[in-house]
Amino acid sequence: MVLTTTEFDTIAAISTPPGEGGISIVRISGEEAFDVAKKLYRGKNLDKVASNTINYGHIVDPETNEEIDEVMLSVMRAPHTYTEEDIVEINCHGGIVATNRILQLVLSYGARMAEPGEFTKRAFLNGRIDLSQSEAVMDLIEAKTDRSMKAAISQLDGNLSHLIKHLRKDILDVLAQVEVNIDYPEYDDVETMTSKLLREKATDVHTRIVQLLKTAKQGKILREGLATSIIGRPNVGKSSLLNNLLHEDKAIVTDVPGTTRDVLEEYVNVRGVPLKLVDTAGIRDTTDKVEKIGVDRSRKAINSADLVLLVLNASEPLTDEDIKLLDATKDKQRIIILNKTDLPTKIDLDKLKSLADGNNIISTSAIKADGLTQLEELIAKMFFDEGIESSQNDVMVTNARHIGLLNQAKQALEDVVKGLDDGMPVDLVQIDMTRCWDFLGEITGDSYQDELIDQLFSQFCLGK
Amino acid sequence: MKSLRVSDVKQKYRGQDYDVIVVGAGHAGCEAALAAARMGNKTLLLTINLDMVAFMPCNPSVGGPAKGTVVREVDALGGEMGKNIDKTYVQMRMLNTGKGPAVQALRAQADKHAYHAEMKHTIEKEPNLTLRQGIVDSLIVEDGVCKGVITNTGAECYAKAVVIAAGTAARGKIIIGELMYASGPNNSQPAEKLSGNLEELGFDLERFKTGTPPRVDGTTIDYSKTEEQPGDEEPHHFSFESSDDNYLAVKDQLSCWLTYTNETTHKIIRDNLDRAPMFTGVIEGVGPRYCPSIEDKVVRFADKSRHQLFLEPEGRKTEEWYVDGLSTSMPEEVQQKMIHSIVGMENAQMMRPGYAIEYDVVAPYQLKPTLETKVVKNLYTAGQTNGTSGYEEAAGQGLIAGINAGRRALGKGPFVLKRNEAYIGVMIDDLVTKGTKEPYRLLTSRAEYRLLLRTDNADMRLTEKGHEIGLISDERYAKFLAKKKAIEDEFDRLSTIRIKPSDEVNEFVQAHGDKPLQDGVLASIFLRRPYVDYKTLMRFIPKSEETPDRHVIEQIEIQTKYAGYIKKAEQSVEKMKRMEAKKIPDRIDYDAIDGIATEARQKLQKIHPETIAQASRISGVNPADIAILSVYIQQGRISKLAE
Repeated sequence: MVLTTTEFDTIAAISTPPGEGGISIVRISGEEAFDVAKKLYRGKNLDKVASNTINYGHIVDPETNEEIDEVMLSVMRAPHTYTEEDIVEINCHGGIVATNRILQLVLSYGARMAEPGEFTKRAFLNGRIDLSQSEAVMDLIEAKTDRSMKAAISQLDGNLSHLIKHLRKDILDVLAQVEVNIDYPEYDDVETMTSKLLREKATDVHTRIVQLLKTAKQGKILREGLATSIIGRPNVGKSSLLNNLLHEDKAIVTDVPGTTRDVLEEYVNVRGVPLKLVDTAGIRDTTDKVEKIGVDRSRKAINSADLVLLVLNASEPLTDEDIKLLDATKDKQRIIILNKTDLPTKIDLDKLKSLADGNNIISTSAIKADGLTQLEELIAKMFFDEGIESSQNDVMVTNARHIGLLNQAKQALEDVVKGLDDGMPVDLVQIDMTRCWDFLGEITGDSYQDELIDQLFSQFCLGK
Repeated sequence: MKSLRVSDVKQKYRGQDYDVIVVGAGHAGCEAALAAARMGNKTLLLTINLDMVAFMPCNPSVGGPAKGTVVREVDALGGEMGKNIDKTYVQMRMLNTGKGPAVQALRAQADKHAYHAEMKHTIEKEPNLTLRQGIVDSLIVEDGVCKGVITNTGAECYAKAVVIAAGTAARGKIIIGELMYASGPNNSQPAEKLSGNLEELGFDLERFKTGTPPRVDGTTIDYSKTEEQPGDEEPHHFSFESSDDNYLAVKDQLSCWLTYTNETTHKIIRDNLDRAPMFTGVIEGVGPRYCPSIEDKVVRFADKSRHQLFLEPEGRKTEEWYVDGLSTSMPEEVQQKMIHSIVGMENAQMMRPGYAIEYDVVAPYQLKPTLETKVVKNLYTAGQTNGTSGYEEAAGQGLIAGINAGRRALGKGPFVLKRNEAYIGVMIDDLVTKGTKEPYRLLTSRAEYRLLLRTDNADMRLTEKGHEIGLISDERYAKFLAKKKAIEDEFDRLSTIRIKPSDEVNEFVQAHGDKPLQDGVLASIFLRRPYVDYKTLMRFIPKSEETPDRHVIEQIEIQTKYAGYIKKAEQSVEKMKRMEAKKIPDRIDYDAIDGIATEARQKLQKIHPETIAQASRISGVNPADIAILSVYIQQGRISKLAE
């Protein structure tokens, strides 16, 4: 049982005002600030950089290796910092999407979402702030309490809460069985918690958490749009695809002055899925025929995309560049669009199929209506298995704190499985199972420590 | 209830003065008295009946999960229980051997008569310690400070500190069916007056209940119909000082026997529920959930068709057998029928009926972590008096109470074990922080750091402390340091030797389904593989000059194989330590703090936690309350600095 202390957690929040700005800062404070940052930051060795320095690098999602943003990392070591704890500040390129994404990662890799005023509270508790300022801190914290301790819970949608409680109940049953085996080794009525059983349960709960997290992805897509890149060699039909997508009346064209980069983002609504077309300016540039697109240029567009639409010319053989693009996108969600099929086909279809590695290929003559319909259906299928309608009725996780905790719960379960793989005994593997239970409990606000012992005594008839 | 005591003494007399007086010579009292005396205090140990010193009124066994570790902890701190059971066991078994090292649990069946006699003799031989028969009727308390005790024979004995470990004798009441009478454990005299005195002094008392099963004549049991449970062949001991040479061969140990209740037994119980004190409302005390009476089991778990019963010998020189699992307060006649319905006991002769016993408990929120009471200074309580159950729990508290009473008498500071240091620390923190609504039993699941609180490393955790307190001799301490050094040396050695990918090694590795080594690997890393133990490792590397003994090897294996988990646990201990470092001022006024929720405020006022960490463990105190409390304390600190 983990202590319900939050005093020394590593905390994080976006510390710049909400909205679009030139720069946004994600601040991490606490003992594990460096550990969290190290997991996400590609650049200098943070253990070696001096305190109070700013360091160039990138934030990368460790799971997908996807580059999220180019950042400057401010590094400040305890105790001479605002909170007197280690602080890392990630200066990213503004833009709600990238900033949120980075915060999300920070929360998934060990930090907890800071409460309002918590950085200041820490500064005070650690002796940085004087008494007059402290009144303000107290007010802040009290205001929070008044709003009810259950603030976190009120954000919870009833269905989600129900689902998490269900998951916790399942885990608790497992834990109780493990514990009974340990504390009452001669008790005959308990199914002995073998590693096989434990693995099954862990895998089962893991699957359910992954499903939940998928809804988080869908939620994010619905809110922020599905970043979509159209790539391909010059003259394969990218512009016509773009124009066709935009010409439909469902097109929503917005001028969102991106960040420091002057990228125009345009949104198009495909069957309820907002596609955020990335770097459309780049495509438009191609009309002046002085294009030097190449793989390098595309790579950036590929990296920042949730979905890649790769356009190929069916009337020409596969070029080196095509193959390079196929290779560069092979780990992405992608749709290959085989254009100009009205002309004699010269492309090596077999080779393409093997390179496409089972990905979807759409053949179209000029990306006309039929092609578009196919494309739309495919996108909807790829991101919302059963379509958006049904997924909206289901539980959907949207809160950054919840997603962070779910990710941690998921990692704890992966540790369970890893422990079993390493041949660890159940009572050790159980430690990670308990952590998973605690993380989920933080979502619903249930952390009553005696729950397990109550469960033991109510579930089992114990003797010797 | 009418007392048979028809006349009290009219005149008191001045008895001797002591440094420490311990009231009660059960498992808590014996440890308390020995510890205080061994620390150099002139100590008096009072017991209602000299023939019941360290008596086992319930099951004749010591140890088990968590409890066995407590016995080892008591031993590492210089207590007696481990040594005493090592001298008097009739069977020794390591439980949970298929599980991890954190939960392996040693349990012994005791010869309860030998156990008592051995402990009594040890106490009698202890130079600073006087053992005397006597019932304490009241305490001498002046200005909230305990100064001594008054016995029923009129003796007024003064002391610098007093420990009460009254067990179930405190206003004890035995219940067998409709029969009820004032009694301590096993029909001993109860302490009828002390509880009333405690109430007068302002203590909040609670009423608990526990019970014991009937005993049967072993010559009338048909063991052939039951399942034998013999002891272990490989040697185990509770005390780190006991030697393998003295370990009993399995043939010299006594077995236990397993049998079951059945539908007939259950029917007998159900048919007689109207005579069961548990259900007729006669019993007021709260009983334990983890050790329910058989009537409770049959009612609460109605769908179970049988319950296990372990037949345990009570000693070598008796034919009395303890029927573990059949705890009951049914009328004697019904108990008899129940026994006869059980396979193997069809013709068994009952020698004593089981009974329930109710007794008074000092609600443990009134205690400090030293087990000194907050109500009366220099007064300490331990064992069942504090609401626990179990000989081991009692011994652990007795030792802590005795150490602290002894240190008080010597003018020294408090001695407290933390949750990450010992099960004893977990238990006492639970008691004083959360209290208990039923007799408290230690479980491994109560310890958040159980991987650190292993039964194998109790000496590593506590010997140094025991030595500092003065309960571990220099000689034993030197031996301990030598063991510690041997472990470190061997670790260092293994971290420098490289195993080369030789054919022999790779053949072995592949035989276990692993990939062959490409490069050399450190012996210490190689040992992490699940299929490699120390012995196997020695096949591939040169042996050390001196072969380490099995206890050293055990430490090396455990600390290597579970290093990842141990590190995680240690990290979370670090966090807790920082919270422990945040003290809450003694005179804090919780009413003056705005914003704390009402439930939390009440709990904080009642329990008066000493640190922020302890406050955070109180159920009903939320993180938000802790935040406000922390800020409030810091404000106070700053304004004090400003003055």
